[in-house]
Amino acid sequence: MRHFLDFEKPLAELDAKIAELRAMSAPEGMNIGDEVARLTEKADKQLRVTYAKLTPWQKTLVARHPERPKASNYLEGLITDYTPLAGDRAFAEDAAIVGGLGRFQGHSVVVIGTEKGHDTESRVRHNFGMARPEGYRKARRLIELAGRFGLPVLTFVDTSGAFPGIDAEARGQAEAIARSIEACLELRTPLIATIIGEGGSGGAIALAAGDSVLMLEHAIYSVISPEGCASILWRDAAQAEAAAEALKLTAEDLKRLRLIDGIVIEPLGGAHRNPGAAVAAVGEAIGSALRPLLGMPEAALIARRREKYLDMGREPAGV
Amino acid sequence: MSWLTEYVRPRIRTLLGRRDVPENLWTQCPSCQAMIFHTDLEKSQKVCSSCGHHMRATAPERLRWTLDEGFTRIDLPKVPLDPLKFRDTQRYVERLKTARETTHLDDALLVAHGTIAGHKAVVAAMAFEFMAGSMGAAVGEGLVVAARLAVLQDAPLVVFTASGGARMQEGAVSLMQMPRSIIATRAVKEAGLPFIVVLTDPTTGGVTASFTMLGDIQIAEPGALIGFAGARVIEQTVREKLPEGFQRAEYLLDHGILDMVVKRHRMAETLGRVIGLLRHKVKVAA
Repeated sequence: MRHFLDFEKPLAELDAKIAELRAMSAPEGMNIGDEVARLTEKADKQLRVTYAKLTPWQKTLVARHPERPKASNYLEGLITDYTPLAGDRAFAEDAAIVGGLGRFQGHSVVVIGTEKGHDTESRVRHNFGMARPEGYRKARRLIELAGRFGLPVLTFVDTSGAFPGIDAEARGQAEAIARSIEACLELRTPLIATIIGEGGSGGAIALAAGDSVLMLEHAIYSVISPEGCASILWRDAAQAEAAAEALKLTAEDLKRLRLIDGIVIEPLGGAHRNPGAAVAAVGEAIGSALRPLLGMPEAALIARRREKYLDMGREPAGV
Repeated sequence: MSWLTEYVRPRIRTLLGRRDVPENLWTQCPSCQAMIFHTDLEKSQKVCSSCGHHMRATAPERLRWTLDEGFTRIDLPKVPLDPLKFRDTQRYVERLKTARETTHLDDALLVAHGTIAGHKAVVAAMAFEFMAGSMGAAVGEGLVVAARLAVLQDAPLVVFTASGGARMQEGAVSLMQMPRSIIATRAVKEAGLPFIVVLTDPTTGGVTASFTMLGDIQIAEPGALIGFAGARVIEQTVREKLPEGFQRAEYLLDHGILDMVVKRHRMAETLGRVIGLLRHKVKVAA
């Protein structure tokens, strides 16, 4: 059973009707095939209309959709010879961040992703994609490893944010994030970051200070969650919808603000309706972003990356 | 009988007796509730004389207390205002205007150059009094300028942090100040110059998780609240009572995150000593 979001209710009803018809044995004189085709067409149109003008809050819900492809789906679909690597060499292995070596379109690469998990068991194991300091320290280790061996880095970001826990603070969450950002910025090889679902604040930028930052069409990328922003500025978490609007957290907004480099169009009705197509589209976009960077001398690459971030917040940045 | 009893005491009585005594002559210590007279407060650099509590200080106070007399404040470049056209219960431009009027600052960072205990230095001080010291494009730009100035002057960069984190009203633009501030301060390190961070109450969120944690030397003031996530968020997430002294300077020192916790009246001297030690070049015979 597909998980429908609140605003998809008309779609859910159509889908249910179609399923019902299909399950039915054909009564005398009625062509079920025609009726199913008619309803399917109607459903497609409804889907197209709904998804063509999602509000920022609706996009937030889509970005968090439980069936949306996760980092592991992209690793599976895009990386061959995937060889996971573990641990921060100091304290622990943090499964909220997955990563390792692999091959992307023939190139040997390092891949890193924040993994939310796809069912209860795996969500708990991956701590719902919220990393502790060890996760960011592992990421930094892998990024530095990539630099040493001249391998490009591909990151897949999908996190509500770094884990807010007593243990995480005690072991230097802030320092771990800062060092991970620094590792991204100092890397001598290309780094392509893709925001595939939620790009949650410091926990996201820790893996996304890259040469090319891509965002899926319905992904969000924000300094704070709409709920968090609403409870601070409106003093009412129920204002999350208004906060989502105000934060300008959609891919379109970030592109207009020149904070990301590209948008990957999702299959009709969102990545969760056709994960295979979404993964393939991301692969294509990463390939296009990566190719022009591969021949670049490392000094030029680092300088270009630095300039890109130094420009963020300077004129012109108008919406 | 002296002028004290004849003249001063009656004057004090009339002063106290009058209803329109300006309230800001006295400040109550938020820790021990002692009342401190404003001239004593300035003399003690806002440290309570009864309990030693370090009260929050403004950015101009930081510069004044840290740099030797005769320092120069520099103007920071203007940045685009309100890139998101942000509005919550109030417009961001209105909040900015109010903050500017009440603090007489342009934004949440002041930069000056001069000497600290005789050692040349560039000092950047975050202004918590300006929208909770939040880091948006202006603070990012200020750090870029401060770092460039340090490199140009062959001087160390000292940053006093005091911030609630990123400036939400600038959305992802403020998030991008995290890498931006790291690139800025990195230039100081690459020039072989010390980058020293003094963490003051409070330093949290994206400010902590960026340039703040990358100092060559990290010093905090006693009792300063320092962390990434807010205490309330942590409590709600882990549903546990937070330990005593959690996210305080001493806690971070115990956990290996800081080099030292230094009292305010020793700060300038400590900074001067550290800079002197770091910049001492050993001469090797040819």
